[in-house]
Amino acid sequence: MRRVSLSGGAAHAPEPMTTTVPEPQSVAEVADGLRGAGYLPGESTALVSFLASKLGKPVLVEGPAGVGKTELAKALSRYLDRTLVRLQCYEGLDEAKALYEWNYRKQLLRIQTEAGDAGWQDVQDDIFGEEFLLPRPLMTAIASEEPVVLLIDEIDKTDQEFEAMLLELLSDFQISIPELGRIEARTQPVVLLTSNNTRELTEALKRRCLYLWLDYPDIEHELQIVRLHSPELDEQVARRLVEIVNQVRELDLKKPPSIAESIDWARALLLLGANDIDADVFRQTMSVIVKHRTDLDTVAERVGVKLDPAADARPAA
Amino acid sequence: MPAPPSPSSPQGKLYAKIPERGPGGFDGQLLAFAEELREEGMAVGTSELLDAFAALTEISWTVSADFKEALAATLAKSPEDRHTFELVFDRFFFRAAEAEAARWEISEAAVGQSGQSLELDLDALRQQIAAALRDGSDAAMRDLARLAIAAFGRGEGSGVLGVDVQRIRRALGLRTEPQPDLPVDDPRRDGVPREQLRRFEQHLRRELERALIERTASLPPKRPLTDLDRALPSGPIQDLAAVHRVVAQLKRRLASQGHEQKGRNRHAHVDVRRTMRASLQTGGVPIELKYRPRRPRRPEIFVLCDVSTSVTSASTFFLSVLHALHDSFRKLRSFVFIERISEVTDVFERERDFRAASEAVSRDAGVADISGYTDYGRVWTEFLTEIEDELHPRATVIVLGDARTNGRPPRDDVFAAITAKAGRTFWLNPEPKLYWNYGDSVISAYAEHCTAFECWNTDGLSAFVDALMNDRRETR
Repeated sequence: MRRVSLSGGAAHAPEPMTTTVPEPQSVAEVADGLRGAGYLPGESTALVSFLASKLGKPVLVEGPAGVGKTELAKALSRYLDRTLVRLQCYEGLDEAKALYEWNYRKQLLRIQTEAGDAGWQDVQDDIFGEEFLLPRPLMTAIASEEPVVLLIDEIDKTDQEFEAMLLELLSDFQISIPELGRIEARTQPVVLLTSNNTRELTEALKRRCLYLWLDYPDIEHELQIVRLHSPELDEQVARRLVEIVNQVRELDLKKPPSIAESIDWARALLLLGANDIDADVFRQTMSVIVKHRTDLDTVAERVGVKLDPAADARPAA
Repeated sequence: MPAPPSPSSPQGKLYAKIPERGPGGFDGQLLAFAEELREEGMAVGTSELLDAFAALTEISWTVSADFKEALAATLAKSPEDRHTFELVFDRFFFRAAEAEAARWEISEAAVGQSGQSLELDLDALRQQIAAALRDGSDAAMRDLARLAIAAFGRGEGSGVLGVDVQRIRRALGLRTEPQPDLPVDDPRRDGVPREQLRRFEQHLRRELERALIERTASLPPKRPLTDLDRALPSGPIQDLAAVHRVVAQLKRRLASQGHEQKGRNRHAHVDVRRTMRASLQTGGVPIELKYRPRRPRRPEIFVLCDVSTSVTSASTFFLSVLHALHDSFRKLRSFVFIERISEVTDVFERERDFRAASEAVSRDAGVADISGYTDYGRVWTEFLTEIEDELHPRATVIVLGDARTNGRPPRDDVFAAITAKAGRTFWLNPEPKLYWNYGDSVISAYAEHCTAFECWNTDGLSAFVDALMNDRRETR
């Protein structure tokens, strides 16, 4: 099979890598960089990101919804100053939407304008050329001149056939197009796959990836995150907020509040100008963090009551 | 960690470069570690190991957290694997370090002696420990655990680690519940966080174990991870959320498994009508064949769930499985039984909330007569007379129970009659296979007529779900 190099512009020769940000040299550097990009990484997050860029392996990020899996990819792209190419997976996603598609209309037009005088071989070579290829996210990431960050979001939503198709891409960073040849990546993309663990991914896929399990952060870490996103909020209130969210997560809920919801809640409290979270404020704003009717009842019953000033005999924290 | 006894000690070397002790040196140790992971059922392939070695060259592996995370990222690829990894990692490297220390006869006794003369202020120590627990500093906790052992533990050790740990905890006055009679500024007043206390106890246990190894200069045999470490949570209240997470996953798996078939079974019957209609576009030539879509059969399922005391811990789980199944299958009828049988389909259909549903079941079902012991014979007879006409070859019967008859006649002939009427019958037993057919368990009598699964952890459960789904595919 031929080896093909796709080019966006006129220049055909692959250019040397021109990254503005040098390859990170230590875990601490990655951690600092991510922090600079507005993402507070846990210890393992920074380490795995570092390994990913060093070893050139894709990272499979799993964890409950809303712990910052997608955000990590965005922060990485900001930190490394690379374009983020995102492929949102869904049921029924196929190659045509993920990899590439032939621009069928343009091909037809081409054939019609030539009508008759060219031989079949010429026409075939012609219409299955680069010009008639519509690149989709995966192809874009592979063919890009600059190194990119490729995010394959919610891989567990697709079916197993699609996973199998990804294998070639993830291990060799290349795509085979039957009519055209093999397209190899010129630059090493950082690849992140996220999954909500709704279905078991295949062993073959897992084998090719580094694994990162993101869970809800501990209180101090989450406090930092909330403070980062709404620095105007009083520290005492923020601490109280995070403690309450932690209590809520321990309950048996349909949808436990995520980090994103803590941040939303902090913003809501700011807008309301609340300077403490008492039972009243909690009842009014509870719906920001809890989003099921039955959950609302449970939370009001188990957490809201404790915030009542009468029941809250202990000195203010 | 105290400083090594003297600068010339080999411990200094341990931290300076890759240790060369043991068969195969450092690489050998890592391979041995991978071997232990495999023994615990993790699939660690060669490619994973290569990744692990590659990762270790990139990081400074003298930082223990980085070292561990790098190994975890390359070797453990699911939350369950990660859990196993943590347990094995702690066990393996603790033992490896201790074996090395025993070989070099390094002991902390020298340091301990000088510490002994120090008068420990016991009350201040109690306060400090409680404060460390509240703030959650791991390193501080470990140091304080050593101090606590020095203060309360040494000398009168009972020889059983668990007993010593609890004795020290009591001496420190650490409790999870609030202790209002303590002064206001005491950190123990509001109670110690449960999770922190557990971690502190772990430190205590580990330090005690270390002291024991030092005294005897030999390693105790390694304790294999029992299946119980990985078993389903069975505590009724606080673990309900954990049960639910398992079930939620099962539910999504049930839902997605139906979809998987869409692609695979497309080569089915040609839909003549739709093919002809499509052929109009091409002037009547049927170029594109249209197939009749295969609709996954939603089988009619009858679930019988034992809710007697011998399976209490399992029935919480079973009931939530029942609850989950209700959403996934349209025609599902559920029954609970102890001595009698009672249909609870309505309850589950009415109550969307699991907690309310299980309360309603225990309140209204009226399945216990006098003794409260399961009577399988009577249950089968009642079920057969009540439901006989509605059983048909496409129905599936699932029984959840431990098959312990309490000495009453098992009436497997009646059970056989039920299985003959129904298309398929599955039995889920919450007991490990080891206990089957011991005592009053008569599972083998029933297993002749149905497929029995041991179902007391998530593995068993997913094996069952796979069987249920695959079987459905074949019989269609």
